[in-house]
Amino acid sequence: MSPTQQPTDTTPILSVSGLNLHYGEAHALKDINLDMIRHQVTAFIGPSGCGKSTLLRCFNRMNDLVESARITGSIRFNGSEVNERSTDVISLRRRIGMVFQQSNPFPKSIYENIVYGLRISGVNDKAILDEAVERSLKSAAIWNEVKDRLNDSALGLSGGQAQRICIARAIAVNPEIILMDEPCSALDPISTLKIEELIEELKDKYTIVIVTHNMQQAARVSDVTAFFYLGELIEAGATRKIFTNPEKKQTEDYITGRFG
Amino acid sequence: MKKFWKTGEPYVLATGAALAIVLVMTLSLVGVVVSNGLGYFWPKQLVRFELKDGTAALGQIMQHEKNPINGERRLQLKVANRDVFGQDFRWIDEKDIQKRSLPADAMLLERREHGNYFGFLKGVVAEGLDIPATAAPQETLERALKLVEVKKRATLRIKQQMSDLNNRAERLRLKLLKLEYSGKEQNIAAIAELNAEREKAMAEFNALNEQVSASMAEINRINASFEDVSGGSKEIALMEIVAHQRPNSMTFVAKCGAYLERVRELLLDDPRESNTEGGLFPAIFGTVMMVLLMSVFSLPFGVVAAIYLREYARDGLLTRAVRIAVNNLAGVPSIVYGVFGLGFFVYGIGGSLDSLFFPERLPTPTFGTGGILWSSLTLALLTVPVVIVATEESLASIPRGIREGSLALGATKFQTLTRILLPMATPGIMTGLILSMARAAGEVAPLMIVGVVKLAPTLPFDGNFPIFHMDRKFMHLGFHIYDVGFQSPNVEAAKPMVYVTTMLLLAIVIVASSTAIYLRNRMRKRYTTSTF
Repeated sequence: MSPTQQPTDTTPILSVSGLNLHYGEAHALKDINLDMIRHQVTAFIGPSGCGKSTLLRCFNRMNDLVESARITGSIRFNGSEVNERSTDVISLRRRIGMVFQQSNPFPKSIYENIVYGLRISGVNDKAILDEAVERSLKSAAIWNEVKDRLNDSALGLSGGQAQRICIARAIAVNPEIILMDEPCSALDPISTLKIEELIEELKDKYTIVIVTHNMQQAARVSDVTAFFYLGELIEAGATRKIFTNPEKKQTEDYITGRFG
Repeated sequence: MKKFWKTGEPYVLATGAALAIVLVMTLSLVGVVVSNGLGYFWPKQLVRFELKDGTAALGQIMQHEKNPINGERRLQLKVANRDVFGQDFRWIDEKDIQKRSLPADAMLLERREHGNYFGFLKGVVAEGLDIPATAAPQETLERALKLVEVKKRATLRIKQQMSDLNNRAERLRLKLLKLEYSGKEQNIAAIAELNAEREKAMAEFNALNEQVSASMAEINRINASFEDVSGGSKEIALMEIVAHQRPNSMTFVAKCGAYLERVRELLLDDPRESNTEGGLFPAIFGTVMMVLLMSVFSLPFGVVAAIYLREYARDGLLTRAVRIAVNNLAGVPSIVYGVFGLGFFVYGIGGSLDSLFFPERLPTPTFGTGGILWSSLTLALLTVPVVIVATEESLASIPRGIREGSLALGATKFQTLTRILLPMATPGIMTGLILSMARAAGEVAPLMIVGVVKLAPTLPFDGNFPIFHMDRKFMHLGFHIYDVGFQSPNVEAAKPMVYVTTMLLLAIVIVASSTAIYLRNRMRKRYTTSTF
């Protein structure tokens, strides 16, 4: 399946070719080929269990935590291979941030949550940390809501706020890509709207890959959409094209709600 | 009716009843212990009974009961004066009693030996001391006692000097032994020098000893004469009197004062009369120090082992086997640990330490005999499974999202562990620690083999080098209960002491647990997750 990308002036920042992933006996990803372009929002859609989250977790090697996972094929990030033993996973994860389905703030203050990524990489200069907190909270559009209670526990925040804190936390280390694994599935419509607006703004600075169950969301926020089904990449292309004039019958059936 | 069963109401009632039974049992246990323990120190009235056969008895009423043989009511009287009457207690049938009274001048003496004395003061015999003979006997007694106290302090100071000298002589002796052990010929000069020094210390010691004997003899000459209820008279050296009171003429405030004085004695003094009287300080100190030392060993070991098991070990057959073994360790009878501790720690490690570092002292063992270090290690072994299980559980209960969130930000596994997981697991770890401390404080059987003694002459912690004496034997409240309650020569007289000791042991466990629970709750507040 060759990707049909719109011509852009940049080379792909993340390029997947011939990727296969097995969970023990189960073949979870089958021969995936896909490129993601810098400063674009790529959405992965598909029914549950189709492998879209699994693929997302391949990009920052989160599947290393799953003992039974076996990966073959190539993922190139800025031209260098991700899926190699010699790859520095720590610095890879610093450059490819991730936001999870369930917001997962640490049981620390809001401030400490944001600077966690910096602190573990050895940054302890108060001025730098303060600057990073303000910058990332502003980028995550939550500065005004929390600026007066930075030292309160992040656990006291609402679901939507907590999720934006997690986004700010990811931004604080200045990644190149932000992976979002169904970031809005546990949120109410208003919080969802805020996150979507946020994605729109973040696009200028970061490349975003988002997994979503919500087709309208994919249509609203993404530039490129990839449709997965049973571990296969069925179709990928410009969002407008996928949603108005898909090439494959399966894609059309899913988008129009005939299955899935 | 069928519907009633279907609602599940009866099962709810059954669970409530089970809880109620447990509560009642616990509370009655605590109630019995506390009421008996607290009542022990209250100055009881001395009642004088005139019996129909013409004799009289003076004592404290301990209990009333129906004689199981003939059904008569009778009462148990503590008559004390063990050295005169042969026993502390007697039973009196109520029908034999002619008259009871509360003589105001009946006096209770607590003595250093032979238990209490109940009787009436006749006079004070103070040879060669200037006490005006005109004063009333009671006042004379007070003044004489004060005088004795002053003299006693003076001898205590000398005794302290003697103890220092003795320590110095002992250190010199060990040095000598070491030199002799490492080769007599080349150290002749040093040995001679040390010998001279030691002899000088011994000479000083002997001089002081004579001084003490003289002043003790002088003090011992100060006597008071008493008369008991049957008219027998008794000379008691004031030296021997620990406390005296006239409970029948004491005001409420005076009784409170006497009570507090006894509590102070209990908490801060050494035991007397084969532990059935006096204080419990060495036992309290030993228990607390042993439990703390145990925590110092078991907490880090348990936590580190649990971290490896949960976070690093691959989940395979071996890991599972280890986990099962750890869980089973918690169920091994404690005496088995005691025997293991004796064989492994005391004889194995302790014996090797002795032959490596203290060969000159052999065959007198230093570490090759029971001591507080080996006791703590044995109990740490006993309680480490509790800490491991608690730590593992609390690590396992941390949501996966938190770990992934940390790792996704580029944290290493170790950073995630130290910065996120361990702080979150701390309340659970504290729970494990509380359980293990409570268990260790109450354990007696293994300690009897690895270092607890009936009476330890010195604390495992004092001002002499090296401050902490890990090799010393120590006293323990749990063992104290067993010893006083079942091994003492006069079990009936020791009964109140058993209650008091039990109460103290419970109090220590409760205080330790409450402190840990308070700390845990403070931490839990910080780490409570609202989103999960």
